[in-house]
Amino acid sequence: MSIIAARKDSAAAAKVAEEKQAPASAASPANTTTAQPASVNRPATRGQVDITNVRKSFGTTEVLKGVSLSVPPGGVAVIVGPSGSGKSTLLRTINHLEKVDGGYITIDGELVGYEVRGNKLHELREKDILKQRTHIGMVFQSFNLFPHLTALENVIEAPIVAQKRSKAEARKRGLELLDRVGLKDRADAYPRQLSGGQQQRVAIARALALDPKILLFDEPTSALDPELVNEVLDVIRELAKSGTTLIVVTHEMGFARDVADTVVFMDQGQIVESGTPQDIFANPREERTRSFFSKVIEPAFNI
Amino acid sequence: MSAIAPPATAETAPPTPNYSEYKVVPARQPWRWVGTVLVAAGVAAIAWSLVTNPRWEWGVVAEWFTAQSVVNGLIETLKLTAISGVLGFVLGFILALMRLSSSPLLVSVSWTFSWIFRSTPLLVQLLLWYNLGYLYEKISLGIPFTDVRFFEAQTTTLISQFAAAVLGLTLNQAAYSAEIIRGGILSVDQGQLEAASALGIPAWKRSTRIVLPQAMRAILPNAFNEIIGLVKGTSIVYVLAYSELFYTVQVIYNRTQQVLPLLLVATLWYVVITSVLSIFQYYIERHFSKGALRTLPLTPLQRARKFFTTHVAASPTKDAR
Ligand SMILES: Nc1ncnc2c1ncn2[C@@H]1O[C@H](COP(=O)(O)OP(=O)(O)OP(=O)(O)O)[C@@H](O)[C@H]1O
Ligand SMILES: [Mg+2]
Repeated sequence: MSIIAARKDSAAAAKVAEEKQAPASAASPANTTTAQPASVNRPATRGQVDITNVRKSFGTTEVLKGVSLSVPPGGVAVIVGPSGSGKSTLLRTINHLEKVDGGYITIDGELVGYEVRGNKLHELREKDILKQRTHIGMVFQSFNLFPHLTALENVIEAPIVAQKRSKAEARKRGLELLDRVGLKDRADAYPRQLSGGQQQRVAIARALALDPKILLFDEPTSALDPELVNEVLDVIRELAKSGTTLIVVTHEMGFARDVADTVVFMDQGQIVESGTPQDIFANPREERTRSFFSKVIEPAFNI
Repeated sequence: MSAIAPPATAETAPPTPNYSEYKVVPARQPWRWVGTVLVAAGVAAIAWSLVTNPRWEWGVVAEWFTAQSVVNGLIETLKLTAISGVLGFVLGFILALMRLSSSPLLVSVSWTFSWIFRSTPLLVQLLLWYNLGYLYEKISLGIPFTDVRFFEAQTTTLISQFAAAVLGLTLNQAAYSAEIIRGGILSVDQGQLEAASALGIPAWKRSTRIVLPQAMRAILPNAFNEIIGLVKGTSIVYVLAYSELFYTVQVIYNRTQQVLPLLLVATLWYVVITSVLSIFQYYIERHFSKGALRTLPLTPLQRARKFFTTHVAASPTKDAR
């Protein structure tokens, strides 16, 4: 499977997204956001994410204060915002690493972490949650590769253990994926023998190995030296064209501008505004957005 | 005029001398030599006294070292160590997982277990197990508060010396190894578990395939300490008149009155076992340091081989060229 696929428009997918999003926006118009029609190259049919009025508190501090966001299949949403605004927490609720206190999240219409029985939401058993997670890949800021396993072993661990694939099949696919991130010749290296950029690319291959509908990136380049950032961003750029839904938290504004269909600006547990990169970077409506970008973007251009 | 004057740069920056032909002389470390001489002298003196002092009775030691009864005792010691070591660590692993679980019941059961067994002397535990028949005449398995019994036996027939020894050593060992394993597990970065659960890997596999192999690095040195302690700790079951190595030796010297040489026999065997275990430890630790170090250091064997091939075997070929 090549990441560079022919460009086609998925107007249908976008339409589905708009319809889905309609009731949510009625509920809380200020916080609801829909990704723009995705500039997808392949008609993506899976990976619709709908976050509806999600709330989350740690102790007495409310970290997410009713967040709603829809990303259509194959869409690329980039979340930006100041530190502590709840970006990581939001991302972690999508694969149920954090339980929500209110609201709900669906992926292709299926509730994450819960099932409906009668008029109640029952929390899923661990086994079913794990199964849902295999559809959602996640890449962490600190890579979190398994240091006692080689690059290839890292990639094939989940397919073998969680999806019960045969070892030979998993290895074949694992090598393909390492090739895709440009690391086929380092398959037998241990993570500590790889540079930061290489480790993060292995982590991306590992997330892809389960053939997820959605990929979540939490500041994938923040732990990297500046000269290694681009090799990772290039891989993500390629993925953006592949029809997998991406939700990326990042401080790389240039990258956001290039790749995002939708840029989402979060502050203090809320989505302040969202729109195309054009709208958000060039004509932000909200004062908070403007002042954030004036701090983040301007110094970068001055260097 | 100005044409005659040398360029200013040539005056201020003389060309760097070329050192590439110079011979390298390693830094001298005279104190290392003094230390080496002192240690060597000390070792020689001890060895000399061991060999020349007739009271060590090396002849008697040699005579008993491989005697059938001593070897039988040795086998019992190894058996006790292996069984209670393995069972102790398996139970300890389960206790550690219980202690780290999110269930308050499991946590408190595990905590209480460690508390009880770490706070009673092993000697008392062994004697209690052995005399369980005095406390409870029969042991039965059935439904509590009813007359239904699936299984019933006299306690004294069920708990032999061997069973009491294994029970006592295992439970005691489990309490200590639980803490060692828990410490090892806690030393593994939380992000590892998070990454594994994000990949949909089930809880049991997360523990055994992701966390435990990494925890092993912290667990192994302490675990081997425990096992080596256990080898000698088994000697405590002499209170049950169980004929392991130490009890056997005691029986013999009570008969022959050759106390010191026979204690030496037991000691030498303990030294042998500990040495073998230390070699195992080295290689097992090396196995689990895979990926933790950028490059593994050579083993002593590999180093010896390398020394031999570069210094001994290779020199004639060098001359030949
Ligand atoms: N497990 C937790 N327990 C308590 N508070 C938490 C926990 N996780 C996050 N928080 C708090 O929630 C808030 C939002 O955290 P979050 O990590 O989502 O921010 P962020 O937007 O990702 O910030 P950054 O850009 O620095 O990564 C912070 O104030 C943080 O201190
Ligand atoms: Mg964060």
